[in-house]
Amino acid sequence: MSNHEHHENAHKPAQRKEMSRRQFLSYTLGGTTAFMMGGAVLPMVRFAVDPLLVKKGEGTYVKVVEESKITNEPQEFKFTVHQIDGWYVSDPELSAWISKDENNTIFALSPVCKHLGCTIGWNVKGKNEFDCPCHDARYTKDGKNLAVAPNPLDEYEVKLEDGFVYLGPIKPNTRV
Amino acid sequence: MFKSVYNWIDERLDITPLWRDVADHEVPEHVNPAHHFSAFVYCFGGLTFFITVIQILSGMFLTMYYVPDIINAYASVDYLQHKVAFGQIVRGMHHFGASLVIVMMFLHTLRVFFTGSYKAPREMNWVVGMLIFFIMLGLGFTGYLLPWDNKAYYATKVGVEIAASVPVLGPYIADFLYGGDIVGAQTLTRFFAIHVFFLPGALIAMLAAHFIMIRKQGISGPL
Repeated sequence: MSNHEHHENAHKPAQRKEMSRRQFLSYTLGGTTAFMMGGAVLPMVRFAVDPLLVKKGEGTYVKVVEESKITNEPQEFKFTVHQIDGWYVSDPELSAWISKDENNTIFALSPVCKHLGCTIGWNVKGKNEFDCPCHDARYTKDGKNLAVAPNPLDEYEVKLEDGFVYLGPIKPNTRV
Repeated sequence: MFKSVYNWIDERLDITPLWRDVADHEVPEHVNPAHHFSAFVYCFGGLTFFITVIQILSGMFLTMYYVPDIINAYASVDYLQHKVAFGQIVRGMHHFGASLVIVMMFLHTLRVFFTGSYKAPREMNWVVGMLIFFIMLGLGFTGYLLPWDNKAYYATKVGVEIAASVPVLGPYIADFLYGGDIVGAQTLTRFFAIHVFFLPGALIAMLAAHFIMIRKQGISGPL
């Protein structure tokens, strides 16, 4: 007990602050119970939240198409990535809309609409835009959102090597 | 802090009698190991329940990763045990706890038998206890198949063939357990359903009956 709490009762003889037997027992029993429950439950909680704490893998680049096949008009190219999903290993097929801009820079856009995740297509309505079939979202050739969608289309990291286009992880659009 | 939250709720809902009713009961001298050390034999029922709680908890967490499917079952168990943090511990708790439950339950049964606690007026509690015993065996049997390894496969085959030797009903029991003609995809899903839904549901109901009866009748007297 601190001094200033004491000074009102200063005239009384100093009392030893003793714990009652009941209090001692409930502390030890409570502590033991907490320790045992913690020992049982904490590993389970760590087990359950493991996906949150797993290190995200470095993105790898996948060879997609010859550089010479890329035109100014966006074209869709399919490629497979190696995916390890827990105990399930698969090679799902992804696609990218790849084209060249005025400076002959090659860029690749993700086909996933930024509105609600449907798959967009190029020039579906003949307006030289990316169109989404679900809610009529529209994007320019650079992926700039013109209607409905809140954000521009995502881009793939692009790497050119030995005349081939390699695609890497997805990143937010850097062109608009 | 805790006290004021408790008081706030208690003022409105009067919850004190609820837990007082459960918590306040005399522990007679003859079952208190502090008086007679040999009274530790009265702990086995509580220990069985404690391990059962751990089984239920660890089982709930295991189903976060496990899939009851013949292609993925073994792979998912392998993944959760070796790739997920503490997987070996959580699966270990469930694996060894399963054996420990049977051991503790058996010791509890022996104690009840040798103290004659099953006699009137507690016969119904003995019967419910026996039902719990068989539910536990069923949980052990159905759970054993789930990792879908060789041991699981043949243990189930042997177990079902033993069940199939029952006169008249045997083939029907086997068909019901297999869900078909072989230990296969249908056996695995049905064992999973029995293991995580049907038997635990029955177990909790029986445990409730067991505890209500012992509270109502009180613990049996000294030898």
